[in-house]
Amino acid sequence: MSTPILEFKDVDVFYGPIQALRKVSLHIAPGETVSLIGSNGAGKSTLLMSIFGQPRAAAGQILYQGTDITRKTPHYIAANGIAQSPEGRRVFPDMSVEENLLMGTIPIGDKHASQDMQRMFELFPRLKERRNQRAMTMSGGEQQMLAIARALMSRPKLLLLDEPSLGLAPIVVKQIFATLRELAQTGMTIFLVEQNANHALKLSDRAYVMVNGQIRMAGTGKELLANDEVRNAYLGGH
Amino acid sequence: MATSTPIDFKKVAIDVVVAALMALIVFGPIVGVVLDGYSFNLQPSRVAWMVLAVMVGRGVLSVFLQTPRGAAMLHGLESGGAGVHVRQPDYKSRLRWIIPLLIVVALVFPVFASKYLLVVVIGGLIYVLLGLGLNIVVGLAGLLDLGYVAFYAIGAYGLALGYQYLGLGFWSAIPLAAIAAALAGCILGFPVLRMHGDYLAIVTLGFGEIIRLVLNNWLDFTGGPNGVPVPSPTFLGLEFGRRAKDGGVPIHEFFGFEYNANAKFIFLYAVLFLIVLLVLYVKHRLTRMPVGRAWEALREDEIACRAMGLNHVLVKLSAFTLGASTAGIAGVFFASYQGFVNPTSFTFFESALILAIVVLGGMGSTVGVVIAAFVLSTAPELLRSFADYRVLLFGMLMVLMMIWRPRGLIRVSRTGVALRKGVAP
Repeated sequence: MSTPILEFKDVDVFYGPIQALRKVSLHIAPGETVSLIGSNGAGKSTLLMSIFGQPRAAAGQILYQGTDITRKTPHYIAANGIAQSPEGRRVFPDMSVEENLLMGTIPIGDKHASQDMQRMFELFPRLKERRNQRAMTMSGGEQQMLAIARALMSRPKLLLLDEPSLGLAPIVVKQIFATLRELAQTGMTIFLVEQNANHALKLSDRAYVMVNGQIRMAGTGKELLANDEVRNAYLGGH
Repeated sequence: MATSTPIDFKKVAIDVVVAALMALIVFGPIVGVVLDGYSFNLQPSRVAWMVLAVMVGRGVLSVFLQTPRGAAMLHGLESGGAGVHVRQPDYKSRLRWIIPLLIVVALVFPVFASKYLLVVVIGGLIYVLLGLGLNIVVGLAGLLDLGYVAFYAIGAYGLALGYQYLGLGFWSAIPLAAIAAALAGCILGFPVLRMHGDYLAIVTLGFGEIIRLVLNNWLDFTGGPNGVPVPSPTFLGLEFGRRAKDGGVPIHEFFGFEYNANAKFIFLYAVLFLIVLLVLYVKHRLTRMPVGRAWEALREDEIACRAMGLNHVLVKLSAFTLGASTAGIAGVFFASYQGFVNPTSFTFFESALILAIVVLGGMGSTVGVVIAAFVLSTAPELLRSFADYRVLLFGMLMVLMMIWRPRGLIRVSRTGVALRKGVAP
């Protein structure tokens, strides 16, 4: 097996006295789409944020392409090829679509900005229509597309997505996942954190199930979709 | 909209009564009770006149706002707000005609101006500089700084004390004061990196007061409340006085023109004007650079910035230091045009005034801040005859602004980004 692009080795994370992650280990190979599913408060977002060192892991190691990034600063990590679309989208409300996209180039500088922006407009044609519109005036789905596109503007090797389906209509969720599939086919490594287990598992090569800060199960997307326990807990038991 | 809507007199009556009650509450104690030694003099007739004036005014206003023209005006005033307006990248502002015109006016102005007018305008320009500096911190980066006057004081005292202890002159003080104020900005910036909103405001307020109290109480070094004299500025080492000190040559003899008592102020005005232009240009460039965008991003969503790996330490500190150094430069000009500094010039009221300039002008808007700085700094001069009611008028202006222009005089508009290589339309 080649070196994984991202690897967690027995990572513990605390919020004050509360332990949010317990000895979490996982790995993501280059080109893979991996998702992490689990219920509210299981520690999914914490795990994602701990890659950026916010909060920092108290024990264990986070390796990125073989280097230990557990104690690196967020901007170091961003400049070296990890980008994320944060939970709740968090686009800059008073900036236009283009400006939001330009913000995404900050970790690497705007040398490739116009070329990359063009690429984003091909991936998300809707954004092109709205290029001069302020982000706050767009729909939730468009904002989510913008958040993903903004993350891609830093030419990441690993894309982290925190709940891209949050608060979106089912049809929009479908669109977003279709685009993600397209993106995965271009060879992008995607690490997806989702509550919408059905969509996430169908998209992913592999998946992890998180319960109370621990990895409970791991397997390919298909395996987990068929697994009874997963079906009962996260897929509405039908 | 129907043009002949009947005027709803019931609504007018309600408006008038409410306004009368509010006027009674506000003016009752202020106007109606006059302290006379240790006893009170009640003067109900004065209150009655005030309340009557308010009622008539409110009545006329209510009727007018119900006419079609009034309604149209109200609509126009109310819909000005909502957020930043993004223009097309190739948008050409009308300002490009006005700016050269203003520069010409500014160049011709000192030839005709009296000393009084020059002094007022120099004061205005100093506030423009302060407003622009604070605009970076508050308007762009969204860091509410209530102790901004501290950096102004550092600049002013930098010149005064630098002359007293190190023999620094006006020219060497400008860069040094900017650096000293920037360092102070850094020192303040580090501990407040983690703070937002109210907490940040309180800490910066404290910082401003600390600087003022140190200046006030460190008698041996700063002269305390007695203040420090400041040397007159020089140009190429030449003085502006009728006779030069220490056997030098005054400027009018050197260049062979008639002695002019205004020369010092004309000189200050010219240098200050150039510096304001420079700061305007730098700010114009900065808002189009990544750091400018990063400031605005930080104002809009700090968590998103961190998630994107923006180095928020660098971004916040750069805003603080740049804002502070502008205030430092303004301080040097303030000191040399006053010829004297003492701590009473650097009270919290001054910070509040500068913040008012930024808020009234429109957070982040350069043109708005320039206009607001001139209005707020020269209005007290125009209102000399109402000196006692100055702050009241000030408050009324603020209230009116917040009702009709909650986003400031000039709506912030940003030109959309134009990329280096054209993106297909």
